[in-house]
Amino acid sequence: MISERPLRIAIVGSGPAGMYAAGHLLEGPGGTFINGGLNQIVRRPVEVDVLERLPTPWGLIRSGVAPDHPDKKRMAAIYDSIARRQGFRFIGNVQVGRDVSPADLSQWYDGVIYAVGADDERRLGITGEDLRGSDSARAFVSWYNGHPDFSDLQFDLRCERAVLVGNGNVAMDVARILFSPISALHNTDIASHALDALGKSQLKEIVILGRRGPEHAAFNYPELMELGELADTAISVEGADLSLTPENADYETQLKVAALAKLCKEKSQGSRRIVFRFNAAPTAIVGGGQVAQINVVDRRDQSEQVLNAGLVLAAIGYRGLAIDGLPFDDVRGVIPSCDSRIVDNGIAIAGAYVTGWIKRGPKGIIGSNKKCARDAVTAVMVDVDSNLLPMEGTLSAAQVLEAINARVSVTLGFSGWQKIDRQEQSDGRAQGRPRLKMTATGAMLGLVTAG
Amino acid sequence: MSYVITAPCVADYSCVEVCPVDCISPMPDDSGFDAATQLYINPVLCVDCDACREACPVNAIFAEDQLPEKWLDYIGINAAHFQSHTQTVAEVRHDK
Ligand SMILES: Cc1cc2nc3c(=O)[nH]c(=O)nc-3n(C[C@H](O)[C@H](O)[C@H](O)COP(=O)(O)OP(=O)(O)OC[C@H]3O[C@@H](n4cnc5c(N)ncnc54)[C@H](O)[C@@H]3O)c2cc1C
Ligand code: SF4
Ligand code: SF4
Repeated sequence: MISERPLRIAIVGSGPAGMYAAGHLLEGPGGTFINGGLNQIVRRPVEVDVLERLPTPWGLIRSGVAPDHPDKKRMAAIYDSIARRQGFRFIGNVQVGRDVSPADLSQWYDGVIYAVGADDERRLGITGEDLRGSDSARAFVSWYNGHPDFSDLQFDLRCERAVLVGNGNVAMDVARILFSPISALHNTDIASHALDALGKSQLKEIVILGRRGPEHAAFNYPELMELGELADTAISVEGADLSLTPENADYETQLKVAALAKLCKEKSQGSRRIVFRFNAAPTAIVGGGQVAQINVVDRRDQSEQVLNAGLVLAAIGYRGLAIDGLPFDDVRGVIPSCDSRIVDNGIAIAGAYVTGWIKRGPKGIIGSNKKCARDAVTAVMVDVDSNLLPMEGTLSAAQVLEAINARVSVTLGFSGWQKIDRQEQSDGRAQGRPRLKMTATGAMLGLVTAG
Repeated sequence: MSYVITAPCVADYSCVEVCPVDCISPMPDDSGFDAATQLYINPVLCVDCDACREACPVNAIFAEDQLPEKWLDYIGINAAHFQSHTQTVAEVRHDK
């Protein structure tokens, strides 16, 4: 049975995975890259609603990617052009699992693709983790990027030493932002509350802890090299001998370790210092109310050391957050799936799909989600053709909006976001900045609803 | 000459989609793609057509002779992706 009406799909989350899924569903004239070439994978009209819990779209492009990486922030332009395609609708300020349930969505739509990312974090699990001055790198990153859930946080940087636990790319971003000149950050869209706090920073040293040796360091080469570009900043290594990297390490590892050794040699002087400390695990964070020190054990000889520090940030990974009404793999922190189809106890739930970090876990860069979303859309199309989608009782676009607005007092469409976007850019221009982010949901919704 | 992919690459394979000679790797369905930290251009096969540079959304691609100074090392990094493991490891150690 071929229906006359367009296929109606909801996508939950407007980050890279969700927006690439929308892009593939509303396939451009060029087609989709699959099986080694551009091919058409969608052969019927489709309407897509992207539901986003924030008033602002683009997920971690806005709230994760570092503000001093404007090239990467330009990915927003790609998603913006997808949002302008026929059949696309953005519905902001709707949280699935709270405002509407997965059961509602499966009734209202032919199919639902969950692309909710990783809205939680892994914890250290050591004492003192909840002291003031100790937080996750995720909170710090979200704060400097102006994510409304984190904008009320206070990070006091008037201390000498910060310790980052974990040495992946997020730790590199944090270290670089902490030591970037304020004049350079002023030219980015970093949140103004973060600019103020960074302006008062007295940090002299950042220690980056890695549990294992340099051959297992999680950072990538480009992010490491950017630390080397920081002025007046010495770089050193403790807890490992860089000349002992195993000969059998792969090329990327050899490249990274050689680059780190070179940086240590070339950047031995500076009034500030970044210390890569390997084979080190934190055992406790200590302080009376506020962080004063972190205890670290050298995993080679079990010797203990105390580091005085006023700020401790755990950069040990983002993690998926369970959504009420959907299965969740609590060990991996993902929604369990098979070939992008959500499975509950091994059985696929009809019309429910998953893509992006909530499917694969918090790994892979922006483009990894494009292929991932393509595969989810391919699964949707296979299931439509096999009559596996629950297409009875699907609501029209107007009916869905009515149903959502009956439960959420204010939602916004893409034009609402464009209004916020224009406001941020003009506020930015007034201060000689590319953008002045709005960081409070209430103010954003107020702007959208004001005439 | 050749074209070269540099640090900003986000692996969205817009370049792969337009390259006339399939010289950019890994392609999305290759086993190494999901873990790739960037894509690479094979300097032996590249025909300097400029299509990838135009397609790249983050300006990560440059003609070799237009490379910003700080990314000159990406000539070697791109080439290394297509060479045998032992050879390139020896080169890295030599540079150091
Ligand atoms: C700090 C950081 C820096 C990074 N830097 C880079 C980089 O430089 N280059 C690069 O290529 N990659 C980078 N990445 C990786 C990249 O950001 C991810 O690969 C990508 O964002 C994952 O996409 P996603 O759509 O799965 O998740 P997200 O981007 O997290 O998007 C998920 C969206 O879903 C929304 N959402 C969540 N729950 C709900 C709900 N219940 N209802 C409605 N909406 C919901 C969220 O608000 C969000 O908008 C970085 C990641 C981090 C964390
Ligand atoms: S188009 Fe640019 S960002 Fe995308 S994979 Fe190619 S080089 Fe990387
Ligand atoms: S310049 Fe042309 S041939 Fe060379 S990598 Fe780019 S698209 Fe391919």
